[in-house]
Amino acid sequence: MAANQESVLTWLRRSADVLREQRTYLTELDAAIGDADHGINMDRGFTAVMEKLATVGDADSATILKTVGMTLVSTVGGAAGPLYGTAFLRAGAALAGKHDVQPADVVAAFNAAIEGIEARGRAHRGEKTMLDALGPALDALKAALDNGQDFTNALRAAADAAEAGAKATIPMLATKGRASYLGERSIGHQDPGATSSAMLLRAVVGR
Amino acid sequence: MAVGIVIVSHSARLAEGIVELAEQMAHGAARIIAAGGAADGSLGTSLEKVQQAIQSADTGDGVLILMDLGSAAMVAEMSVEQLPPEQRARVMLSNAPVVEGAVLAAVEASIGSPLEIVAETAQGAAGMSKLHDGK
Repeated sequence: MAANQESVLTWLRRSADVLREQRTYLTELDAAIGDADHGINMDRGFTAVMEKLATVGDADSATILKTVGMTLVSTVGGAAGPLYGTAFLRAGAALAGKHDVQPADVVAAFNAAIEGIEARGRAHRGEKTMLDALGPALDALKAALDNGQDFTNALRAAADAAEAGAKATIPMLATKGRASYLGERSIGHQDPGATSSAMLLRAVVGR
Repeated sequence: MAVGIVIVSHSARLAEGIVELAEQMAHGAARIIAAGGAADGSLGTSLEKVQQAIQSADTGDGVLILMDLGSAAMVAEMSVEQLPPEQRARVMLSNAPVVEGAVLAAVEASIGSPLEIVAETAQGAAGMSKLHDGK
C-alpha cells in the first residue's frame, strides 16, 4: 500500500509543522510580490487541518484528502485556499473507493490535483506559480518509477524537482495572481506558492 | 422578484460600500448582498460568506455575482459549483469591473430584467470611460 491512512496523516502532520516553522519566510516571499500573507494563510490552514483530522477516525486516504481540501478552502486566504483546496479535493476524488493504494494510484491522484489547479487557476507551467514546482515534481515521480526506482526514492526525486522548480521561478515574469499586478517587478523573486508546494512535497519524504 | 446581486470582495468594507452605491440605483427593488472579507473579517475571501450571500440574493430569479480580484472569482466559482443543479443554472459570474458592474446590474435588476440581460448590461462596464475625452 503506497498511501495508507497512517502515511497520509504523517505527511500532513509534517506539512503542518514545516508550514508553521516557515511561515515568516513564506510571508516575506509574498511581501515581495504579493499581499504578504501566504505564510500566515498556509499556517492557519494546516493548523485547522490538524484540528479537523483529530476527528477523522479510520477514514480512508481519499476521505482524508477531501477533508483537507474542504478545510483549506475555508481557512486559507488568497488564491492558495481555492487552489490547494481544489488540488486536495481532486486528489481525494481520484483515490475514492481504492482500498489498496498503489504508486500508480498516487501518480493519478497527483495528476488530478495538478489538473484541478490548472483548471481553477486557469494557469499552466511557466507563469510563475505553484505549477512550476508541482509539474516538474510529477514528471520526476513518473520518470523515477518508469526507471524502476522504488517508491520512496521516486518521491524523493519528486521533492528535489519541486525545490528546483520553485527556485526556477525566480527569473520568471508573473502573469497570474497578485504578483501579475507587479509586472516586471515580479522578476527576481521566488514564487511563494511554488515554495510552499515544494515544502509540502519534501514533507512527504521527511525533511 | 428580481435578479439578486452578490458582491464578492477581499474587503468587507469595500463590498458593503459597493452595495451602498448599487442600492442607490436599485431603490429597494433588488437584493444586493455583500460577501466581503475572510470569515474573521480580515482581508480575504470566504466560501461560506459567498454561499450565504447567494442564498440571500436568490428569490428564484437568479443571481449575478461580481468580484474584485482573481482569487475572489475562484471562491465564487467554487461556491457556484456546490449549488444544487437547479439553482446553479440560475447563478452567473460576471467578468465586469466590480463597482461599475454592480451599479449597472442594480439598475437592470431593479426594472425586472432577466439574469442574462442583467449580466450583459453589467459587462458593458468593461468599456466605460470616466473621463470626458474617453481616453
